[in-house]
Amino acid sequence: MTYVDSQKAKQSRTLVRTLIYIVLTAGALIALSPFVWMILTSLKSYGEVATRAILPAKLRLSNYVEAWNSAPFARYFANSFLVSLCTVTGVLTTSVLAAYAFSWLDFPGKDLVFTVFLATMMIPGQVLLIPNFLTITRLGWVDTYWAQTIPWIASVFNIFLLRQFFATIPKDLYDAAVLDGCGHFRYLMTVILPLTKPALITVGLNTFLGSWNALQWPLIVTRKESMRPIQVGLSYFLTESGTDTQLMMAAATMTILPTVILYFFAQKQFMEGISTSGLKG
Amino acid sequence: MAEVAVQDAHGPSRSLLTGRQKRRLKESFLGYLYISPAALILAAFHLLPVGYAFYISLHKWKIVQGDYLGMANYQKVLDDPAFWQSLKVTVFYVLGTVPLTLALSLALAYLLFQKVRGLDLYRTMFFLPYITSSVASSAVWVWIFNPRHGPLNQILEAIGIAPQKWMLQPRGIFEILGQAMGINVPSWAAGPSQALVAIMVFVVWFYVGWDTVIFLAGLGNIPSELYDAAKIDGGGRWALFRHITLPLLSPTIFFLTMMAMIGSFQAFNHIFVMTRAAGGQLGGPLRTTTTTSILLFDRFYSRVRFGYASAIAFVLFVIILSFTIIQQRVGKSRVFYQ
Repeated sequence: MTYVDSQKAKQSRTLVRTLIYIVLTAGALIALSPFVWMILTSLKSYGEVATRAILPAKLRLSNYVEAWNSAPFARYFANSFLVSLCTVTGVLTTSVLAAYAFSWLDFPGKDLVFTVFLATMMIPGQVLLIPNFLTITRLGWVDTYWAQTIPWIASVFNIFLLRQFFATIPKDLYDAAVLDGCGHFRYLMTVILPLTKPALITVGLNTFLGSWNALQWPLIVTRKESMRPIQVGLSYFLTESGTDTQLMMAAATMTILPTVILYFFAQKQFMEGISTSGLKG
Repeated sequence: MAEVAVQDAHGPSRSLLTGRQKRRLKESFLGYLYISPAALILAAFHLLPVGYAFYISLHKWKIVQGDYLGMANYQKVLDDPAFWQSLKVTVFYVLGTVPLTLALSLALAYLLFQKVRGLDLYRTMFFLPYITSSVASSAVWVWIFNPRHGPLNQILEAIGIAPQKWMLQPRGIFEILGQAMGINVPSWAAGPSQALVAIMVFVVWFYVGWDTVIFLAGLGNIPSELYDAAKIDGGGRWALFRHITLPLLSPTIFFLTMMAMIGSFQAFNHIFVMTRAAGGQLGGPLRTTTTTSILLFDRFYSRVRFGYASAIAFVLFVIILSFTIIQQRVGKSRVFYQ
């Protein structure tokens, strides 16, 4: 290869790389710009929104106070935190136990039960909506936290995910533990769980996200304003607050904030969870 | 084993079960005990309700149970123009979102995979929409599409294009485009309403990051020796992509297509929020954004026709199931598993 040729190849490589960065940056801008607009609008005055000013003349943080006070947002947030944390605890408990049984214990009908579990994943949520609503009504659970948590504290997908992780733990560890006179429950708690912490965090995060962002189910099982979780509360606020766009955007920002904070702290686990779910799915 | 021997030596009262059998029995009991919490919840809220839903669908059921109707509700669904309209809307929704989301995310993942600097930062930014609540981000997009104050029309006006009605526009997108270019588009080719297109834009924006992350994981699984070998054989960038990357990514593409199709038939949150917050009716304007899942919700929740809505749910179930089966059949022959 002559000097000129290699010089040319270098140039075209640089060009390609520059193009790559331009496309990626454009993509990132498109992904982010709605959030930028959201925050900018949340800081504008009503007049600035109406006259389509691009930047607010002064940052009106008071919009957040006003939005917060124009609906029981404190209550909505408290409800959502409570429901999400209970759901996470429930899912982790039921999934860890079931995954352990499916990967480490032997019992008649195990494969059949597991197949039935997996089959429930094929059922679309819409089929369950009406009968579950009737069940909840009959139990007198409308406007309770039970209705928002109990139906969702078991997740086949997470059982499946954890079973895969539990199965990777070498059997030697179990034999050693049994020699120590260690029962199954202690083995699960002291050996398996510490070794599969990343998987447990992934399950916890995904469950939290799903629960925090849920809309349809809590919408139909809550009537009282005081029982609404944040998504339901926000969706009512959006249709009831008329033309006060700046307040809607302030409320939207507050709603997004907890998951964004969580995301930035536990990004790695999120990505790992997504990747494994994608590949194993 | 030693335990058994000791026990046996203790006297004539021989236990009916040996130690091993006892341990087996205990293990079985423990197994059932450990799966029982999950099994109870799944049975009560995810499995038995399927039968209950079918029972409801065979009755006239407006909040309380009415007469037994047999399959009459199903007949009504199939005779209902609103149902067929909703299927058409769903098909538009799938065609307008699934291929585009896949293509964009594959392109982004492929570019990210070229050892770019700041990979984590880009990935974080692409993924951000997906972790936000769809209620809140839908609200933002409703505002972006706002005909009077929204930034999108502001941009269009700045570059000399007439402002659009977006979420309030029931007319078909091809009809609007045709009109702008002076072509008369027949009504059967009007395409999805502009409101539905606005919703599709949101959907693509929302899901591209998720698909990108999964594609990235898929790309990471392709052994680099394959590329090296092909490069020695003189393969160009495109040839490498076409003959190595694409076939080896086919399981991922297959998985994402399936998830997107199933998700499309269940789409709810963003359509609910976008159509209502835009100041219109659920699934509006003129029902042009009423997908089958929205129609079901409307019949169930707004019109309290539980029997009829359950029949729609089962028709939807059959559609989703047949898609899954077809895709799995096709997938088996076309997808290349490593």
